[in-house]
Amino acid sequence: MKKWLSGTAIALSLALPAFAQEYTPDPNAKPGGGIVITYKDDVATLDPAIGYDWQNWSMIKSLFDGLMDYVPGTTELRLGLAESYDLSEDGLTYTFHLRKGVKFHNGREMTAQDVKYSLDRVTDPATQSPGAGFFGSILGYDAAADGSAKGLEGVRVIDPATVQITLSRPDATFLHVMALNFAAVVPQEAVDAAAGDFGKQPVGTGAFKLADWTIGQKVVFEKNADYWREGVPYLDSVTFEVGQEPIVALLRLQKGEVDVPGDGIPPAKFTEVMADPAQAARVVEGGQLHTGYITLNVTTPPLDKLEVRQAINMAINKDRIVQIINGRAKPANQPLPPSMPGYSKDYQGYPYDVEGARKLMADAGLADGFETELYVMNTDPNPRIAQAIQQDLAEIGIKAAIKSLAQANVIEAGGAGTAPMIWSGGMAWIADFPDPSNFYGPILGRAGAVEGGWNWAKYCNEAVDAEAVKADSFNDPADPARLALWSQVYQKVMADAPWVPVFNEERYTMKSERMGGADNLYVDPVSIPVNYDYVYVTE
Amino acid sequence: MAAYLMRRLVAAFLILLGVAAITFFLLYVLPADPVRQIAGRSATAQTVENIRHQLGLDQPFLVQFGRYLAGLSQGDLGHSYLQKTDVATLIWARLPASLLLMAGGIFCELLIGLTLGVIAALRRGSALDQGLMVGSFVAVSAPQFVVGLLLLYIFGVRLSWFPISGYGSFSHLVLPSVTLGILGSGWYSRMMRSSMIDVLRADYIRTARAKGLGRARVVLRHALPNAILPVVAMIGIDIGIFMGGIVVVESVFGWPGIGQLAWQAIQRVDIPIIMGVTLVSATAIVLGNLLADIITPLIDPRIRLR
Repeated sequence: MKKWLSGTAIALSLALPAFAQEYTPDPNAKPGGGIVITYKDDVATLDPAIGYDWQNWSMIKSLFDGLMDYVPGTTELRLGLAESYDLSEDGLTYTFHLRKGVKFHNGREMTAQDVKYSLDRVTDPATQSPGAGFFGSILGYDAAADGSAKGLEGVRVIDPATVQITLSRPDATFLHVMALNFAAVVPQEAVDAAAGDFGKQPVGTGAFKLADWTIGQKVVFEKNADYWREGVPYLDSVTFEVGQEPIVALLRLQKGEVDVPGDGIPPAKFTEVMADPAQAARVVEGGQLHTGYITLNVTTPPLDKLEVRQAINMAINKDRIVQIINGRAKPANQPLPPSMPGYSKDYQGYPYDVEGARKLMADAGLADGFETELYVMNTDPNPRIAQAIQQDLAEIGIKAAIKSLAQANVIEAGGAGTAPMIWSGGMAWIADFPDPSNFYGPILGRAGAVEGGWNWAKYCNEAVDAEAVKADSFNDPADPARLALWSQVYQKVMADAPWVPVFNEERYTMKSERMGGADNLYVDPVSIPVNYDYVYVTE
Repeated sequence: MAAYLMRRLVAAFLILLGVAAITFFLLYVLPADPVRQIAGRSATAQTVENIRHQLGLDQPFLVQFGRYLAGLSQGDLGHSYLQKTDVATLIWARLPASLLLMAGGIFCELLIGLTLGVIAALRRGSALDQGLMVGSFVAVSAPQFVVGLLLLYIFGVRLSWFPISGYGSFSHLVLPSVTLGILGSGWYSRMMRSSMIDVLRADYIRTARAKGLGRARVVLRHALPNAILPVVAMIGIDIGIFMGGIVVVESVFGWPGIGQLAWQAIQRVDIPIIMGVTLVSATAIVLGNLLADIITPLIDPRIRLR
């Protein structure tokens, strides 16, 4: 079971934080050996300011550290490069005290100046970081982001072991932001030396360092013997082989050449693998912070009618869609996934009720239905899911033409607001960090409803937006009052029905027989597919 | 000959310029925004516009294309949007693998195609001939990813004769080369068959036979060299076909060539890489055709270049 940020664990008092501090080492773990992970796509970059796909996210996590971190296999915050921190009474100033003696892979000791440099760098427009926006609550962000100021005014070096970060507004998610890869600490001299290609020559403080990179073939990490956390990593090396189709990776796993297929079990092989007890025993199942949904563009008639959107919510047979993907998901009734704090357990959602849906359509004056378009990404199983949705819609008279396109084209149509309906599969939201706010702003809030934004429903409810802002102004992200407020926000969203939440995907990680370590390391919510720092091999 | 070459090279240059212009234009009008891919889903509108400006993607088409050509004229293929690395570096790192695979593919298609073509010609009208010709149809029509996966399953997984995927040794090269070569072998077996049949009907073959030479000697020494020449001249054109094939074959076998690079770049709208690979492939095709045209008169003196 996942442990979540429990209400009391992160009482952000002025005292030193009472984190569930240390991870209990696995008594069976033994050091040594190497593993092979495969991926279909090239590793694009290992620059923590740039990398933002689920393939390089965990790789970067093992090369770099930030001030904050997560307890392995959980979403529980723990301290990273910061040894402790204080928070001012107004909730606006964090003072981080850094660990001493932490060395970069190049041998130099990490200091507060590096922390400032790294945060200035990620928010510098010239860096083109996709994560710059996460730092919006730091004082001076706007000036740094539009280039009118060099560096963040709110980040100050007090002494080589102390850095102070001042916010322009209270931000409940700030500590999560400091645990994102984008906040990782990098040494300036290595960034400068790489001359714009730091992503291929990364230098961090992490458990592993880059040993070899053969473009298009493999990336090899080797153990950082000077790692500041005691006893880890266990593995001597991790080799990432790229260019491997998932189906080929599975065959190689069966032959013992691969330890973890990074892209997972291919859908077409899933039933076969799970039907074989020997193979199924090596599959670890876990939840993930994911929701698959259909967006209904509230600015496109007749989807601008609430009854129509509600009718669509009632017309979709979610159980059947889950069957289409071999039961690798659970039906959803709200935007938040069940393992997210703030999830409304008692909320029932819209029932599957075709008769009721027809009646709503008739109430809206559309008893004869209408024609519309459903956009979908063109990789399996998404077109098949779209067909199921199409059939469900036909039951209430809606004739939806399926537009099956490449991912980039669907995202473009969604952002431009030209797509009446989109099935989110393949592009669906997976949380950046385990906090309910992460499912609102960009995809349901006004901020995302702009041209090119990710709020594809173009949903914009000012009253709900105001409540969201209020919820994020708490100091403690796990404050029950805050979570209750978020629960309210999402229930109000569902009353407006801009989405049909369809399912929450489960995660299945397959591993070789020789791999050891607790199951939750293989479905680590932060390090996908596995937490390289803590897994080990048994032979 | 020199004048002919000069003319062809000028034409080749114009063709490449045309390819560059068309590809650039198609990518320009593509309803997918590369800036969105770079900026990611959490970017603010300001970040997006800022990146667009830095990359010069807010400029009109002609300005963008002009800048690209200016870079190209200095040998600069640009900078990958997502990998932040020089496109030339990425292509150079992968080009040897693609060339090796093409060489393997050409070897396999000739070996399989020519052998079967000769056999079919010698057994013309027999059940074997008909079987081989049906087989050649299948070879030409079979999708390469199906052939690839099939070979991979039989020889890699079931029999374990060859590694399932990867790069680096001769045994890694076999299955991808055969997969790539099978399509061409269908063509070659048909061409070889008809060419061989024509030659076998020729007077000098009858003369050779009349001299009392053995059948094997006639076929190998007299018929084959004459029949093979027009067929081999086609290899230059094959390069174009292979450029399409390597995209598929490299993906199936995890072969680290430029086809795989192109495929990944297309999915991520990484325009500089798409442009770079397209131009490199187009250059290979143009040169391949030129080579074929130059080789033909060397093989057959009756053909002259003007």
